[in-house]
Amino acid sequence: MTLSIFIQNVMNALQWGSFYALIALGYSMVYGVLLLINFAHGDIFMVGAYIGFFISTFLLGAYGFQLPWKLSGGLVIFLTFLLTMALTAGVGVAIERVAYRPLRRKGVSRLYLVITALMVGLLLENGNLALLGASRRNFPELIPKVLYSVGGVNFSNTKIIVIIVTLLVFVFLQTVVLKTKWGMAMRAISYDRMAVPLMGVPVDTIIVMTFVLGSSMAAVAGILFAVSYPVLEPYMGALVGWKAFIAAVVGGIGEIRGAIAGGFILGFTEIFVATVFPSTFRDLIAFGVLLLILTLRPNGIFGIARRTKV
Amino acid sequence: MLLCVEDLRVGYGPIEALHGITFGVREGEIVTLIGANGAGKSTTLMSIMRLPPPEAPVYHSGKMIFEGRDLTQFSPHHVVSRLGISLVPEGRRIFGNLTVWENLKIAAYAHEDRQEIQKKTKRIFGLFPRLEERRHQAADTLSGGEQQMLSVARAMMTGGRMMLLDEPSMGLAPFLMYELFHVLKEINQQGTTILLVEQNARIALKYAHRGYVLETGNILLEGDARELAKDEKVKKAYLGE
Ligand SMILES: Nc1ncnc2c1ncn2[C@@H]1O[C@H](COP(=O)(O)OP(=O)(O)OP(=O)(O)O)[C@@H](O)[C@H]1O
Ligand SMILES: [Mg+2]
Repeated sequence: MTLSIFIQNVMNALQWGSFYALIALGYSMVYGVLLLINFAHGDIFMVGAYIGFFISTFLLGAYGFQLPWKLSGGLVIFLTFLLTMALTAGVGVAIERVAYRPLRRKGVSRLYLVITALMVGLLLENGNLALLGASRRNFPELIPKVLYSVGGVNFSNTKIIVIIVTLLVFVFLQTVVLKTKWGMAMRAISYDRMAVPLMGVPVDTIIVMTFVLGSSMAAVAGILFAVSYPVLEPYMGALVGWKAFIAAVVGGIGEIRGAIAGGFILGFTEIFVATVFPSTFRDLIAFGVLLLILTLRPNGIFGIARRTKV
Repeated sequence: MLLCVEDLRVGYGPIEALHGITFGVREGEIVTLIGANGAGKSTTLMSIMRLPPPEAPVYHSGKMIFEGRDLTQFSPHHVVSRLGISLVPEGRRIFGNLTVWENLKIAAYAHEDRQEIQKKTKRIFGLFPRLEERRHQAADTLSGGEQQMLSVARAMMTGGRMMLLDEPSMGLAPFLMYELFHVLKEINQQGTTILLVEQNARIALKYAHRGYVLETGNILLEGDARELAKDEKVKKAYLGE
């Protein structure tokens, strides 16, 4: 492998790692506060990509309908991100309200919640299929692609954007969780949910905030993914979602750092396995490696075994 | 009466745990609720706090009135933030993954007034200097006794009107236990009404003004704490004399 190809692979690994990391964050945060594996989360990513598709096409005037003002490219990008994040967060919160909260109120076992999450995911996929049909959609060129070539290494601006955005999201969430009172409440809930209302903290509000954060990060992932690979279909969230979930577990579920680390580890293993072995081996070996990590560290890289309290 | 509980019935699933208990706490009092394992002491406190199932019971019928307000109309965080009732739960339940200081900060979550928080912090660290020394330490590295102090400190931060305590003496060495009850007395004298649940009837009756004896979901006896301590049945069943 020449150095330029190596660097190219690193770029690809960082890009895919970013997608996994952004989605893994949502799995991880929801698990942290609810101990719920929200299997609908991969499909929230898909929903985010579609919402981003409709909003950007609309703003770019591709519906034969022109906005009264001409929007600059930067403004279109900004508005697409903002509106998509808000609407996707709305979807995430609605799912929490309609599907999870009533069950939680009844105090049902967590197994039912996980099964419900799986069903919600299937509903989102098939709802999309029924409403929009099986045809694939082409995401508009929201961010015009620019190719750079530095010392024989070729890469596009979108890759760089994906990686930078992911790092910004990481810093943002880490600040929220470690420095704000809401983040403190999230951490407290993950340790002992029963004691949290005793502090005067409205637990449901914190849960809603967690879904807002998780879903809007999935929306960011959805747009960035669609910008990089501009073909949308209803099942696009399924496999990526599963992989992101595994990334969250490998990193240590419930931990922001863990989701990021797990995402990048998965990205690197996938890309570099494919450079050495035939591509049909990629997932087999990549997941073998992840399984090995989990065998060595069952709680994930940043996860800590929860001490049982007296 | 500051808190008035009348014919309260609550249960876990199909099983009724409190069969219509009636008791009251006057402003400024220390009232203790004593009883054996499984009598329903924790159940009573969790009902007052309106905590949700499955840990806490479901309300069936009866009255819980605090300062003329119907507690059943409040959600648990509002019982704490609007009414000023706090609970030191059984088994401490401090947030081990947060620092001591963060445990206190989260207890001030609903407070807006910074000066009020500072005042309370000062008072808390005055009573528990050891917590101040350890304020940057993760709470699960504290000793059992220190964790109990933190749990009481947290309750002081959230509330002020009334403090409920669920077996605060559990697992404390006698020396620490007396220290803790001293602090409780001081908190009481500074204006917080106290409802104290204890298995250690001796120390509870020593510090309380009045007491109730709870047995399998029913109030069996009530009265002045000193009289209860002299009662033959109480002596035999709870004081081991
Ligand atoms: N979460 C629960 N689910 C079902 N039943 C419960 C639950 N908690 C308590 N119980 C039952 O309710 C009854 C009263 O329990 P409670 O915890 O109030 O007793 P207690 O007086 O606090 O006892 P202890 O001194 O051991 O703490 C017991 O019979 C107990 O088994
Ligand atoms: Mg108890």
